[in-house]
Amino acid sequence: MLTEFGKIFVFILLAGGFVAIALVAASLIRPKRPTKEKLKTYECGEDPVGSPWVRFNIRFYVVALIFIIFDVEVVMLFPWALVYKNFGVYGFIVGAIFLLVLFLGMAYEWRKGDLEWARPKIEPPKMDIKFKPEIAPRPVEEKTVSEVE
Amino acid sequence: MNLYDIIFYLFAAITIVSAFIVVNAKNIVYAAFSLLFTFFGVSGLYVLLGADFIAIVQVMVYIGGILVLLLFGVMLTHKITSVDIKAGSVQTIPAVIIIGIFAALLIGLMYSTHWAVNPAEIPVTTTKSLGKTLVTEYVLIFELLGILLLVAMIGAATIARRDGDK
Repeated sequence: MLTEFGKIFVFILLAGGFVAIALVAASLIRPKRPTKEKLKTYECGEDPVGSPWVRFNIRFYVVALIFIIFDVEVVMLFPWALVYKNFGVYGFIVGAIFLLVLFLGMAYEWRKGDLEWARPKIEPPKMDIKFKPEIAPRPVEEKTVSEVE
Repeated sequence: MNLYDIIFYLFAAITIVSAFIVVNAKNIVYAAFSLLFTFFGVSGLYVLLGADFIAIVQVMVYIGGILVLLLFGVMLTHKITSVDIKAGSVQTIPAVIIIGIFAALLIGLMYSTHWAVNPAEIPVTTTKSLGKTLVTEYVLIFELLGILLLVAMIGAATIARRDGDK
């Protein structure tokens, strides 16, 4: 009687109803004695510092862009994957060309390093030498030389 | 009014109400999240029309992809809280005239079209027949789509690449 989408619809209704009933019942039952501390934004017991709106790394955006392209690719592959066996080698080649073209893009991005996460550069700790050495060291850096003079 | 109609009006209401919030929200993040429900309602309408493949694509690409991209775009902006988005009404009278003309056109079209409705029919899955046309009749379009996606991919990577990268 129910179609497959009908089952999904019943599922959606049940999920929505579950949330609504749980929230309404909880608001009826629970005691309500708010204090200033209780109403604070919960941040693992710490005092919340700064705005929660932080700028995201641009890398997330690049990954999301690439994801969408492959999302559309997968969507187009679904109908092809259902029928390609009926067409034998021809059907396979059609899909293979499609995949090959997109693989070129993948290879390009891999080579160009767009899939790499931008890591912070690891720098060895530098010592900020303030004192004047008794014996002038070898003049390795120009800064040291000028300081000595 | 049968069950089908009730479900249709439910999804239509979700779509319209959330679309209204998208237009009127003062906070851009709320507008983006409200767009989620608009896409969801539209995908429900697709299901009711028997377009199961389009409905799944709507969920996968629009809700799963484009909305995420949109939210990232919002969150990447420098100062979200101080962004002054325009949600007021300007030029009401011309808008009313144009919308009136458009609505009259649509309603006229709605009544003059002969709708081939067959509500008792159990919808068949369209994905297989779609695949058949993709491999035979529209095979060139299928391959061109691959090239289009390639262009989009390289273009997106080039634009989004940070300055100073290789």
